Amino acid sequence: MPEKTYLQAISDGLRQELRHDPRVFVLGEDVGVYGGAFKVTQGFQEEFGPWRVIDMPLSETAIVAGATGAALMGLRPVAEMQFADFVSCAWDHLVTVAAKQHYRAGTPVPIVLRLPSGGGFSGGPFHSQSPESSFAHIPGLKIVCPSTPADAKGLLVSAIEDANPVLYFEHKHLYRRIKGEVPDERYAIPFGRARTHRAGDDIVVVTWGAMVHTANEAAEALEQDDVWVEVLDLRTLIPWDRAAVLEAVRRTSKVLVLHEDTRTGGFGAEIAATIAEEAFEHLDAPLKRIAAPDTPVPFSPPLERAFIPQVDDVVAGLRELAAY
Amino acid sequence: MAVREAEPLGSLQEVHEVGLDREDLFGMYRNLLTARGIEERGHILYKQGKIPGSFYTGRGNEAAAVGVAAAMGPDDVGTPLQRDLGVHITRGVEPWRIFAQYMGREDGPTHGRDGNVHIGDARLGLHAMVSHLPAMLPVAVGMALAFKIRQEPRVAVAWCGDGAAARGDAHEGMNLAGVRQLPIVFLIDNNQWAYSTPSHLGHAIDHLADRAEAYGFEGVVVDGTDVLAVYREARLGIEKARSGGGPTLVEAVTLRMEGHAVHDDASYVPREMFEEWARRDPVERFRTWLLEHAAMTLEEEDEITAGVKKLLNDSLQRAEESPWPDPSGLLAGVYASAEELETPHHK
Repeated sequence: MPEKTYLQAISDGLRQELRHDPRVFVLGEDVGVYGGAFKVTQGFQEEFGPWRVIDMPLSETAIVAGATGAALMGLRPVAEMQFADFVSCAWDHLVTVAAKQHYRAGTPVPIVLRLPSGGGFSGGPFHSQSPESSFAHIPGLKIVCPSTPADAKGLLVSAIEDANPVLYFEHKHLYRRIKGEVPDERYAIPFGRARTHRAGDDIVVVTWGAMVHTANEAAEALEQDDVWVEVLDLRTLIPWDRAAVLEAVRRTSKVLVLHEDTRTGGFGAEIAATIAEEAFEHLDAPLKRIAAPDTPVPFSPPLERAFIPQVDDVVAGLRELAAY
Repeated sequence: MAVREAEPLGSLQEVHEVGLDREDLFGMYRNLLTARGIEERGHILYKQGKIPGSFYTGRGNEAAAVGVAAAMGPDDVGTPLQRDLGVHITRGVEPWRIFAQYMGREDGPTHGRDGNVHIGDARLGLHAMVSHLPAMLPVAVGMALAFKIRQEPRVAVAWCGDGAAARGDAHEGMNLAGVRQLPIVFLIDNNQWAYSTPSHLGHAIDHLADRAEAYGFEGVVVDGTDVLAVYREARLGIEKARSGGGPTLVEAVTLRMEGHAVHDDASYVPREMFEEWARRDPVERFRTWLLEHAAMTLEEEDEITAGVKKLLNDSLQRAEESPWPDPSGLLAGVYASAEELETPHHK
């Protein structure tokens, strides 16, 4: 099985979908001739032509609304926001139109929005955010946050096949940093099924996206303490795998919820509330949350390191839980 | 490429030349009366406390709505707004369902999940508006993009008001349509008031259609109380788009003859303005035209008005018999299933 970067897995997966289904097309800023700001769609326009790989004006509203209109006419648009941060410009079309159209008007809106998200490379306040929680609060949207190359491809296939608006958060810091085996054949990974990234019975870390790898490094460090940490990768936030989380909490009795998004109102709060409601009596320690502080994402490297949860932060949190 | 100001349509011969026969004309008159009649009965229902929330009408805009819808082809699509009830009527939405929608009943097109004219029927090529005007305008541009990608001879019609034309959605949508020369007609219902804000506080140009040139396509201003002129201009734009000629912006000038919604007495609109535009009432204007130019007999007129009256009475009764939506269904349909993507209009 070939080993691929996270970015290559997304790119190859998307190309496979364009070959597989003539209704699939790509639209976004600089996605055609230039191949995308991160080169996810490099070479696509040569293969599929300018009307299936469409360079759009600098118009996030027109990109998301345009995708919605095309989806209502039976196409399967995969729209790219150059950075996830820019989806704020298209909030209305995602939240007001696409998310509500099926519930009130009965018409499905099968669009995929690719959102390069996350920090770690001094992108500053407007190129580094992880805004998944803002959308997790909107009924009608689905939210995907892959952490590995194999998941990135399989979840992209499910996103394109889904009948609803799907926000596909691809973490920029994983693009070329993470490699893994990715099957060549077409496969879909269903939404709402968490993946045990690393098994362990003492503590469970519930997380997603780039933080899966941060959690994994921290878990490895705890081995020297003879503490065995499970890393549970949610893979999708809407829907999210409550059963897997609750099972792991009941089994380990100690839980750390970790995310790169800011703390207040972050999706970790929803997970924590659910654990409190459903598995309170199984806890041997207070649930711990590690998340970014409630600030914009800062630019300068020492500030950004202080903002994004680091391996050492997670190690410290795990040791506190282990000692409780 | 300055904006063109459309001439009124005169004789029956001219009307024949733009593709309408006498039955078509009677059909348009029937649709005008139906749209007006539904809204007049809506006022009564509202006063009776049978319409929850608020109630919006399009009095004064009936000709602009019916004229455009009559010019659309069967496979064309559109995103009409709250002043455009005549579009739904012309495309075949049944009046009883509209009354049911007003009253929040199960048989409204949204089954009580949305109100007013926030309705669509994909089978009829209509997609439901949202309150954030003109959010559906760039969505219609996306529909036109789909037609262009698939090289289908279909056209999208995107509605927008003069007020909403100030929003960025209108700009982004029209800009994209111009860049890609998409098969779309933008219909701006310029009723001169955005809630209480007059046109001159909303835009600094004489005609909103002037903007078309900046986006790379033609703009035309038409008297929105003249159903035949609206029909002609919409048809020109639609057929131009269908034959690959790109977008057109049609500005239909009317006056909003009632408040923004039923709670609003529109006291900020000068009385003389209402009086002037009442003399140009689109329904009465077309009736007079039919009598003078199409030799509509009194018997024919009676038959049409009696038919509409019966339709509305029956529809209202049927809607009042429609049950309330069952709260047990509240959670259903937030998400669509994959099977729903296999319906004919979704391929």
